[in-house]
Amino acid sequence: MDGFETTINILVGTIRAGTPLVFAALGELITEKAGVLNLGVEGMMLVGAVSGFIVTVLTGSPYLGILAAIAAGVLMALIFGGLTQFLLTNQVATGLALTIFGVGLSAFIGLNYIGTPIQGLQPIAIPGLSEIPVIGPLLFNHDFLIYLSIALLVLVSWFLYKTRAGLILRAVGESHDAAHAIGYSVVKIRLLAIMFGGGMGGLAGAYLSLVYTPQWAENMTAGRGWIALALVVFATWRPARVLIGAYLFGGITILSLHVQAAGDSVSSALSIIPNPVGEWILAVINSSHLLATLPYLATVVVLALISRDATKIRLNAPASLGRPFHPGA
Amino acid sequence: MLLRLEPRQFTSKRMQYASPLIAAVLTLIAGVILFSALGTNPMVALHTFFVRPLTSLYGVGEWALKATPLLLCAVGLSVGFRGNVWNIGAEGQLTMGAVCGGGIALAFWGDEGPWLLPLMLFAGILGGMAWGAIPSFLKNRFNANEILTSLMLSYVAIQILGYLVHGPWRDPEGFNFPQTRIFGDDGIMPVLIEGTRFHLGVPIALVFLVIVWVFMSWTFQGFKVQVAGQAPAAAAYAGYSRKRVVLLSFLISGGLAGLAGIAEVSGTITQLQPIISPGYGFAAIIVAFLGRLHPFGILLASLLMSLMYLGGEQLQIHLNLPLAVTGVFQGLLLFFVLGSDVLVRYRIRLVAQPKEA
Repeated sequence: MDGFETTINILVGTIRAGTPLVFAALGELITEKAGVLNLGVEGMMLVGAVSGFIVTVLTGSPYLGILAAIAAGVLMALIFGGLTQFLLTNQVATGLALTIFGVGLSAFIGLNYIGTPIQGLQPIAIPGLSEIPVIGPLLFNHDFLIYLSIALLVLVSWFLYKTRAGLILRAVGESHDAAHAIGYSVVKIRLLAIMFGGGMGGLAGAYLSLVYTPQWAENMTAGRGWIALALVVFATWRPARVLIGAYLFGGITILSLHVQAAGDSVSSALSIIPNPVGEWILAVINSSHLLATLPYLATVVVLALISRDATKIRLNAPASLGRPFHPGA
Repeated sequence: MLLRLEPRQFTSKRMQYASPLIAAVLTLIAGVILFSALGTNPMVALHTFFVRPLTSLYGVGEWALKATPLLLCAVGLSVGFRGNVWNIGAEGQLTMGAVCGGGIALAFWGDEGPWLLPLMLFAGILGGMAWGAIPSFLKNRFNANEILTSLMLSYVAIQILGYLVHGPWRDPEGFNFPQTRIFGDDGIMPVLIEGTRFHLGVPIALVFLVIVWVFMSWTFQGFKVQVAGQAPAAAAYAGYSRKRVVLLSFLISGGLAGLAGIAEVSGTITQLQPIISPGYGFAAIIVAFLGRLHPFGILLASLLMSLMYLGGEQLQIHLNLPLAVTGVFQGLLLFFVLGSDVLVRYRIRLVAQPKEA
């Protein structure tokens, strides 16, 4: 395989690794824009992943699987919605509970499906366009969920900034008391936003279990739900920046895999770096464990860099984020 | 008729004690439904889950052992939660405590003395503190959300442990298994009750529980943490440093989680392995809330949660039910705890359909 082909492979892999993050982060973005912080993304993704996988095994259709994953995500989100919107529970604690519950529930219902092989979702080559060199494989030879992720990104941007409903959603997120005073049903709008977040979380899970690695394994999301939450902050609550962030993290994941595969040639290239730094870098490259830390470390570093400007975060974050709303109060 | 929530003038003392009980009862009911759905006799299953683990002295010892890391982590986390500081990376701090303390045991392997165990415990606490200090530094210096950073660092810590036991720290005589040497005798917690694995770590955990209780209830620093959580504006007006509360919360919770980690590996496991905790650091979040963020409540809650771990194992052995049942139970319990908490701050009123305004 020549270097050129490798580069294209890395870029395609980046898009595939970033797509579940795009789904999950867009869903959470809408939820947070309505003023609700749902930390249960990881749990919703896992339950979505396992539901989508099981339905695909049972019906043979990954498309039904995707629908099931979305439905499962919505149901999970409704638990969170019911608790936080009607029983006014602490959103941080309830979101954590949703994740803990989702980890347990998905492991439980997926038990008999570990290692079951399935035919995952196949790429759709767009006739003509996919044969263009470079651009073809990069842009026009993907599974339909990747195209969907881009469409949803455009849709979410349009909804938030160009429609009346989007304006109302943002108003609820900025000041629920004001929105309530004008006569909007804060709880209803927030529930809808939470459900959207759940559906997108489920979809992100389905992407993992049906496309990215077509199988079910316990805890297979491996913290991607949390990375998606970090992405929303990274994107300062703007949809387009979610895409940049998601592909950035996808790229780090894929690069670390390729570095490992490249092994020796990388080691010799590194010999020009003086020790001990060169040795440290080599130790990282030679250990799958240490390489696996890179996306998490990158998330921490990026989060710190983005959040450094407290004013910027305060101006961009929905003002009512995480605050419970009780109409009688 | 409609159900309506009315805010209470004062939080209800009675409900403060009743709501965890309501949650426990609701979890039991959910358990009955769950087991029936699985085609298991719910009474047999519940007996196996909650009673059978405690029918022997050995079982009671295990009960205390499993409660110990939960107790330590949850007591530490409760300090931060009270101050509105959200450390959810106790799992990582526990892991780093085990790595640092275990590293001492391996470094002095074959060349040890009675000083080794205290040194290991000290190193474990420092390791957990250091790992916890990172999110607090990032929060204070860069305003980075501590929930996300502390969680990300948990994944990093678990991978570092994996790297060490697969690589440099692997037992040279261990047939390539990813585990370290068994610690020397001076690096292992002494067993206190014959016929069980009940070790010194349990009373040590109780000592720290009392220390945290004294700190939170009787010291000015502890008071500042509480004010920071309950009335942030008042805390700012009084000039209490928010940054100090964040740092202090993370050092306490990180240190105690680190202690939990080293107590677990030097007491129960006696070596380092890729997996040293079945998620104690995460379950401790549930324990902290179930115990109402109070040290003695947390003591009871950690015993209940520990019993759930043991019960899950018993279900697997005797009724062939998957171990993951425990996770489902834990999640349900936390939902019910949070949900029934509403009764403390609000009363539920039946009201007639409000007239159209």
